[in-house]
Amino acid sequence: MHDFESSRIEHGRFKRGFSKLLRNKAACFGGLVILLFLLTAVSAPLIHPKNPNVQDIRHSLERPSWNNLLGTDELGRSILGRIVYGSRISLTIGLGAIALGLIVGVPFGLISGYFGGKIDFIIQRLTDIMLSFPPFLLALGLVSVLGVGLKNTLISVGLSSIPYMIRLVRGVVISIREQVYVEAARAVGTSDGVILYRHILPNVMVPIIVNTTLGMGMAITFAAGLGFLGVGVQPPDPEWGTMLGSGRSLIFAAPHVATFPGLAIFMAVLGFNLLGDGLRDALDPRMKA
Amino acid sequence: MNDTPLLSIQNLKVTFQIYEGVVQAVDDVTLDIGTGETVGLVGESGCGKSVTALSILQLLPRESSRIDGRILFDGRNLVDAGESELRNLRGNAISMIFQEPMTSLNPVLTVGRQIEEAIMLHQGLSLTDARIRAVDMLRLVQIPAPEARAREYPHRLSGGMRQRAMIAMALSCRPRLLLADEPTTALDVTIQAQILELMEDLKEKLGMAILLITHDLGLIAQMASRVIVMYAGQVIEEGLVTDLFHDPLHPYTRGLLGSIPVLGRKFTAGRRQLEEIPGIVPSLFDMPRGCRFNLRCPHVMDVCREKQSPMIQLGPHRRVMCWLKAG
Repeated sequence: MHDFESSRIEHGRFKRGFSKLLRNKAACFGGLVILLFLLTAVSAPLIHPKNPNVQDIRHSLERPSWNNLLGTDELGRSILGRIVYGSRISLTIGLGAIALGLIVGVPFGLISGYFGGKIDFIIQRLTDIMLSFPPFLLALGLVSVLGVGLKNTLISVGLSSIPYMIRLVRGVVISIREQVYVEAARAVGTSDGVILYRHILPNVMVPIIVNTTLGMGMAITFAAGLGFLGVGVQPPDPEWGTMLGSGRSLIFAAPHVATFPGLAIFMAVLGFNLLGDGLRDALDPRMKA
Repeated sequence: MNDTPLLSIQNLKVTFQIYEGVVQAVDDVTLDIGTGETVGLVGESGCGKSVTALSILQLLPRESSRIDGRILFDGRNLVDAGESELRNLRGNAISMIFQEPMTSLNPVLTVGRQIEEAIMLHQGLSLTDARIRAVDMLRLVQIPAPEARAREYPHRLSGGMRQRAMIAMALSCRPRLLLADEPTTALDVTIQAQILELMEDLKEKLGMAILLITHDLGLIAQMASRVIVMYAGQVIEEGLVTDLFHDPLHPYTRGLLGSIPVLGRKFTAGRRQLEEIPGIVPSLFDMPRGCRFNLRCPHVMDVCREKQSPMIQLGPHRRVMCWLKAG
């Protein structure tokens, strides 16, 4: 019954936001790009039935042609096929990392902001420590501890997003905590847990959603960055950043090997950023006239 | 009234630890409220009225505030009560209405939902029953089309309606004591009158006591049977409404009453213009020695600057803290 109620609230607010979003051309474009990537990821075997990791040295480094729309890499694998399957990896890392950030960051942010005092101090100092590293360096450091591979890339990118999520949520909670309706809820005997879940969390949802969308682009860039440096997803798995890295040495001989994965990263990140910006404009109450 | 009071605050002291230091917001406040009685608590902004009310429900921030003294509700001391016992009392036996109806309701929950929450919490009713009860409460506070209103979000209600909804929420568990903290300050005059009438009416129906906190003496005259005047964190005078209004003893109370504009009384005997109390309330950091009112008092004597006057009991419900009455 709680879910029913809260879904109804979200519904009303998001209906208004959605129509505003549709009027924003850039955001629609971003949404379309993401939708395209999602469809690609889901239907990868339909688009490219062949295993993207099977090598065919006879056809290595072919230029884009009708046989291979985006050409082949140094081991003769279709770049289109690898980008198509790579979208699965990139989206998995993006979603997984952000989910990790949410699962850890939101509760800690809520607790830190709502209770204040010693708990807040401890959580915030730990956050400070994490924030004192540039986020990419933090992810890189974590990967060097955890080891390479898809799972560890996901975990380290996710972990490095946690302090930002904590700070974001905490800031909003602090402003909501002082609202009279929170005091009123306490005055009728509502417990802290219920106040956090029912009164404060729904008010924090909008910034969380916006930040999650923008964070997806960030997570994909980070994952690609780690792949490019050779400490992310390992070959032969077709991760975009890894592909970009292996194409780097061939940039003059066969520019298409590095260019197309780069374009894929660029488009995915652009899509998430445009959609995130649009969502912020559409949902942020401060932007409402 | 003659038997044990419903609420008895004894020597309440509230101090806040803030960045600049320690401030004493409430200093040695003692007051009683009998069952079914309406007591007015008046004073200027910042004199400790709201802090007193919040300390009854123990809603002050735990880390930065300190409460000393005793707050006996039905014989139980709320100052030592545990969090779960307090939660049980809040909204159930003691309810509170806040000053700002525009911000007292959560914008993302329906009005009905917020009332149901209190009902389910304290009455252990199912959602269906709580829903019926919530609509009943909205009907009781004379909200038109209560079924439809219950399903709406606060932004669709006007200020007066929201305050009614707040009252409905506060009264949904039939409290024995209602703390009304400036319940009509944010409303326009016609709505004020309606809300007051409604509160009177509900008080009769439910037999609850009300602690009416306000700076509006007209409101007190209309609703309360007894008045307590606070100044700079202290109770300085108490009396039945008739006594206090006809014969204010403390110079501050006199000043308060003198500063009310009265229609048509402009040029009558000796009252040429609106009187004012000179000066401002002293800062909590910088209280004058002796009587806290001595810097503004027209009758100030030497003793006032030296020592605080004792509380002088003049009758069962008549007391004043002033050297003028001490001799």
